[in-house]
Amino acid sequence: MTSATLASGFGLILVFTALVALMAKPFGLWLFAVYEGRTTPLHRVLGPVERAFYRVAGINPNQEQDWRQYAVHLMLFQVVTVIFTYAVLRLQGSLPMNPRGLAGLSPDGAMNTAIAFVTNTNWQWYAGETVLSNLSQMLGLTIHNFLSAATGIAVAFALFRGFARAETRHLGNFWADLTRVTLYVLLPACIVYALYLVASGVPQTFASLIDAKTLEGAHQAIVVGPVASQEAIKMLGTNGGGFYNANSAHPFENPTALVDFVQMLSIFALGAGLTYTFGKAVGNTRQGWAILWAMLLLFVAGASFAWWREAAGNPMLHHLGVMGANMEGKEVRFGAAASALFAAVTTAASCGAVNAMHDSFTALGGLVPLFNMQLGEIVIGGVGSGIYGFLLFAVLAVFLAGLMVGRTPEYVGKKVEAREVKLAVLAIVILPLCILGLTAVAVVLPAGLAGPLAKGPHGFSEILYAFTSATANNGSAFAGLTAGTPFYNGLLGVAMWLGRFLVVIPVLAIAGSLASRKHTPAGPGSFPTTGGLWIGLLVATILIVGGLTFLPSLALGPVADHLTGAAGLLY
Amino acid sequence: MSQPTSMFSAELVVPALGGALRKLHPAQLVRNPVLFTTAVVALLLTVLLFVGHTGLSLGFQIQLIVWLWLTVLFGTFAESLAEGRGRAQAASLRATRSDLVARLPDGSKVSAATLQKGAVVMVAAGELIPADGEVIAGVASVNEAAITGESAPVIREAGGDRSAVTAGTRVLSDEITVRVTQEAGQGFLDRMIALVEGAQRQKTPNEIALTILLVGLTIIFLIAVATIPAFARYAGGQIPVAVLAALLITLIPTTIAALLSAIGIAGMDRLVQFNVLAKSGRAVEAAGDIDVLLLDKTGTITVGDRQASNFLPLTGTAPATLARAALMASLADETPEGRSILRLAQEAHSLEVPEVPAGAEVIPFTAQTRISGLDNNGHVVTKGAVDAILRSVPDAARGTAAAELRRIAEDVARQGQTPLAVAENGTLLGIVALKDVIKAGIRERFAELRKMGIRTVMITGDNPLTAAAIAAESGVDDFLAEATPEDKLALIRREQQGGRLVAMCGDGTNDAPALAQADVGVAMNTGTQAAREAGNMVDLDSDPTKLIEIVGLGKQLLMTRGALTTFSVANDVAKYFAIIPAMFLVLYPQLSVLNVMHLATPQSAILSAIMFNALIIPALVPLALKGVRYRPVGAGALLARNLAVFGVGGLIAPFVGIKAIDMLVAALHLA
Repeated sequence: MTSATLASGFGLILVFTALVALMAKPFGLWLFAVYEGRTTPLHRVLGPVERAFYRVAGINPNQEQDWRQYAVHLMLFQVVTVIFTYAVLRLQGSLPMNPRGLAGLSPDGAMNTAIAFVTNTNWQWYAGETVLSNLSQMLGLTIHNFLSAATGIAVAFALFRGFARAETRHLGNFWADLTRVTLYVLLPACIVYALYLVASGVPQTFASLIDAKTLEGAHQAIVVGPVASQEAIKMLGTNGGGFYNANSAHPFENPTALVDFVQMLSIFALGAGLTYTFGKAVGNTRQGWAILWAMLLLFVAGASFAWWREAAGNPMLHHLGVMGANMEGKEVRFGAAASALFAAVTTAASCGAVNAMHDSFTALGGLVPLFNMQLGEIVIGGVGSGIYGFLLFAVLAVFLAGLMVGRTPEYVGKKVEAREVKLAVLAIVILPLCILGLTAVAVVLPAGLAGPLAKGPHGFSEILYAFTSATANNGSAFAGLTAGTPFYNGLLGVAMWLGRFLVVIPVLAIAGSLASRKHTPAGPGSFPTTGGLWIGLLVATILIVGGLTFLPSLALGPVADHLTGAAGLLY
Repeated sequence: MSQPTSMFSAELVVPALGGALRKLHPAQLVRNPVLFTTAVVALLLTVLLFVGHTGLSLGFQIQLIVWLWLTVLFGTFAESLAEGRGRAQAASLRATRSDLVARLPDGSKVSAATLQKGAVVMVAAGELIPADGEVIAGVASVNEAAITGESAPVIREAGGDRSAVTAGTRVLSDEITVRVTQEAGQGFLDRMIALVEGAQRQKTPNEIALTILLVGLTIIFLIAVATIPAFARYAGGQIPVAVLAALLITLIPTTIAALLSAIGIAGMDRLVQFNVLAKSGRAVEAAGDIDVLLLDKTGTITVGDRQASNFLPLTGTAPATLARAALMASLADETPEGRSILRLAQEAHSLEVPEVPAGAEVIPFTAQTRISGLDNNGHVVTKGAVDAILRSVPDAARGTAAAELRRIAEDVARQGQTPLAVAENGTLLGIVALKDVIKAGIRERFAELRKMGIRTVMITGDNPLTAAAIAAESGVDDFLAEATPEDKLALIRREQQGGRLVAMCGDGTNDAPALAQADVGVAMNTGTQAAREAGNMVDLDSDPTKLIEIVGLGKQLLMTRGALTTFSVANDVAKYFAIIPAMFLVLYPQLSVLNVMHLATPQSAILSAIMFNALIIPALVPLALKGVRYRPVGAGALLARNLAVFGVGGLIAPFVGIKAIDMLVAALHLA
């Protein structure tokens, strides 16, 4: 590996990061207009649609909800849609648009998939093209790609209102937020985006199979379908569930290097924009920028580390004279640098789309996606979930260090007190509890040990990765784990559900508690939550409170994997 | 009040050791969940030592257990020591209060402990006042040195703002009738002493929130450690319980948990040393959060008395003539204002100050005439308010001289000064301007407060013209002129409506509503009982300037808590690097590269980490008790400094400390 190649990889990471920073403001302003419920040019076309929804559903969008109502309505919606999708998947065999006559899914499989898509995880234990009909993909799954993303943003909006408002119980209306985000942001963006993808060669058709004649004269059935439409929301909504099993490594999902780059940008677009929206909402855009810089700092560090390790290649192969970057499990079309970057992006956000197999990364290169998710996917993060997860850490950072300026802690004009701390801790505890707790269960039970293909520390990483991905609602697979068993479907389903809603509910409760507080104007004596010092403090808090917990598991997984590999040990 | 002796003097440390052991009682320990967890783990290992087979050497296990118990004991010792210091302070307050005897109007004597609220007692010269109360008849001078340390007697009289008396203080002259307002043991001093001693200490809201966070971190690390045996089993090995316990205890925030209540007690204690008693820890915390400070002009911003600044003669009068007349009129005037006129005459006109001439008659100031002066065998000089002087010389009052006098007086008032007219033998001479003297250094104090983000508002009864002039000169941010108690209350409410916290001090009964409304209300001890009950602090020295220091003490308390929390959490990084390689070495020997500190052996690494974790507690006790120094710079600069010292320092210190202990442990063959 020449230093020029290494440098070009770092260059790619930096150019990408710069573009993300540039995207934040336009997307942030767009989201802010929706947050405020302002009339946009899109209202002329979509306004009647929005009003029609409300009329049919009997909703008054102006009737504001307190945090309990907001949470109850949200949960009801999630439970009903999980049951709906479960039914669609179970009954697939008897439903239309199933030309290949695929059978219904098993109860555990259907449950797992329903939860996976409702929680914005999109964990796929199956290969989409061989297991799901087009109806299941569209009605059962793609719909959640929109709704789960919109739900995440709705929760973020409610939390923003908690910070921005004072002495009120009202956090907005869940149904209005859900409808507006879907109609005015996700749908129009995805239509434009899908058209771009179609133009670049991504299929979009109701047909199911193409009969291709190979050079040898044999017939090959190639599965196609509404790929571009699912691809667009898969990225923008940080869902990650691909049409094909190979996900964004498949040429039909990700045909060119440019599309690959655009896909990465689109994963971060709304998440980065929401940091700016937050700044606007609390009346100081510098607050939003500080969050974005802290996120990007963590991101660049992770992506660069992953690229550095991938570029170094596999030490086991060096003995055999195979030099150069680690190319196992990667698309030659994208190369090692773009694959390392994609892995960092998809796990920093809660996307989970992959353009390379993370299982085949070097041990330490694979540590980065794992660690990104263990932090709670708050580095840009999932749409909505990234910023609300990050704000939990901001609250903790303010609380840990804020006292050092001689005032009781406050963040963007709101005092942080026992109730917020209790709820933030509650939401943060869920990550180690599910990730480490369920991994511990899986690594001792025979049903769990049957999963990983690899032995030794790498096998441990495979199991750890699965529970990390599920709990953090990422959905990317390390691969190498046979997860389509009742054991894994069940446990991972639990992890996804708890990982989503045991965070969402405390976040809404914090929003409610903050909204009821008075607004404390900032002065020279207030704790500064903009600027380099604060950014450094945020990063340190996230690494120490969020990251250190996972150090033992990382030591026994990727780190041991790397060190034993370097020592020439094979398992 | 006695100053505390050295922090670690035997008279404080020895009882604290006993207290540390008593605090091991589970019912007490459970109030501190982190230390409780540590104790449970220590107990578990102690039991396992006798019944389990851990595969670890006995010596290593015993050392581990000893250090775990020491961790708990250091925590309870810190709290005990802080309480002991408070108790020493309180003892000197309490000393005067035992065995008080009350004399009832019928002459019978009863123990003060039996007095009911509303009872009436008589106190004559030489007797101690038996209970907190209010003077309902008579006037007396009282020595309050017992509580204030100030030996100059103060006047206590029925009605007005000086009617409150405190139990344990001594009447020096006359006799007063006192109505008891607080039963024995219920007086505000009793309540505050109890707070200082720690007996009635409630956790403050901020402490509660911090405790929740510490519990949360404990749970997170409990999960991290409890899952390790399963992970180890996957890797084909086993980690001894003692080692897991060591990792858990080093990771959970024992340092700040051990020092948390000591910091709180020490904060209250610092206030007491400052002769301020707070009714709750909450009030001290609120002091740190203050955004607006309401300060009375007189006594706080200006010295209580006005000083002569200028002689302004009428046309046709020589300045020296006016000065000499003013000097003669003030010869017998013992007030500070009168003295200042003599001083100005000496300095500005080099006049000698003679003795009062023999046979001269002093014209005393009375409320009726409002003039004073000297009648030297028919040669009469007088001074007084302009209107009063004009009334006393009816002939001159109608002339043009009177018009000029009035005009000069108005000019003087506009400059923030008070005019005093001078007349000699019925002729008007001119005006002596009396100036409010701004306290030395007060301008700098306000600049400091501004840097701290605190806005100062001057409260004065002066007219807006004068108030504006004084405000500009003193550098105060804002002022409230011609202020009535209602105006004060309205101002506080308005600021609070805007989300700001307000502090003020007051002494009169009509201050009580504002004192109660303010987030920090400091009542002067010389004030009325109503004021003392309404405020949440009482200043025994009755010095309104102290409000500024109280804010600093509140900030210091919060800063100390924050600094040690940050330090404690930052320590975890190094502890991981000490224990993880040592612990997992049996599973993957290659993990020894993580032993960045090159600790001698796995056992010495674990032992060193747990020893550092325990020893850091007593090492930080002095800081916890003294408090982190507060500097009035902006929050940004303060944060930068404290983050560098306690954040970065907290990252580095354990690396150095653990390595040093490890070298010692290896040298002594302890592990």
